[in-house]
Amino acid sequence: MAKSGTCPECEGDVELPADATEGEIVSCPDCGAELELTGLEPVEFELAPEEEEDWGE
Amino acid sequence: MKVGVLVSRVRVEEKLLFKELDKRGVDYDRLDDRKLIFELGQNHLSQYDVIVERCINHSRALYALKILEDWGIPTVNRYQTAEVCGNKILTSAALSREGVPQPRVKVAFTPDSAIEAMEEMGYPVVLKPGVGSWGRLLSKINDREAAETVLEHKQLLGTYHHSIFYIQEYVEKPGRDIRAFVVGDETIAAIYRQSPHWITNTARGGSASVCEITPELNEICVKAAHAVGGGVVAIDVFEDPDRGLLINEVNYTMEYRNSIEPTGVDIPAKIVDYVLATAKG
Repeated sequence: MAKSGTCPECEGDVELPADATEGEIVSCPDCGAELELTGLEPVEFELAPEEEEDWGE
Repeated sequence: MKVGVLVSRVRVEEKLLFKELDKRGVDYDRLDDRKLIFELGQNHLSQYDVIVERCINHSRALYALKILEDWGIPTVNRYQTAEVCGNKILTSAALSREGVPQPRVKVAFTPDSAIEAMEEMGYPVVLKPGVGSWGRLLSKINDREAAETVLEHKQLLGTYHHSIFYIQEYVEKPGRDIRAFVVGDETIAAIYRQSPHWITNTARGGSASVCEITPELNEICVKAAHAVGGGVVAIDVFEDPDRGLLINEVNYTMEYRNSIEPTGVDIPAKIVDYVLATAKG
């Protein structure tokens, strides 16, 4: 079964992709919030930082 | 061999790099730019033979690369490349210095002189922030009234760099532009970015299809890459019906997720090859 965690915004259940890695961004399927995966054991999320002016490629 | 990968937010591109490093059994650490503290004068990252910079913030990338380079740690990309590519004025200046074809560009420092520059260039023109990415805050300005409005708004944006005006000739594109990926001395892959919108960034919804790497495209892209300091870069190219290929922008922390499938090129493998070749000893 896929691992999952709890959205800090809406407390919805957020499933992780199979190759999930710390630091990646996932969206909460319930509320749409962008979440940063901050821990895998146990699964922990924080709200992802908002886009800043000097972000880019 | 030990590789450091400097990251903050882990995008698909970083995951693909980690996967490639894992596949080759390369020993690497992730360095989180939100946790790093640099003690100047003490190289406390000397265990790394090379550090790959994949920060999402341009400012963090810039200062980290400067410090690492001064410590003698090889980096991908180099500080100079980040400094030049992170700033459109410096990029255009470098292209111009090296004789690489690009659209006409004017730089002005006041709203009055910016208007004068736009009138002289002829509408439409594109006004861009010197520092910025993902197509943010680009303005296509079709006439003087629009120019006056946008300039007035720019002055209210607060930060000083919005009052340095980079004015680029608007190039009539055939509904697409080219994004080419250069690693070292070779154009390794290229896509067309199709969009009904004049901003064609795939980050903004442009769609990707494979673009043949002609000798002409390879030459102009490698030349542009070298002009900005070289390394691993993504180059945006316009096709002008009269003048041929023109370099629009060069990106130094390239995003390539949408280009692997259409081109069939294993871009992360090419990057890792380059990173390992750049490592010391």
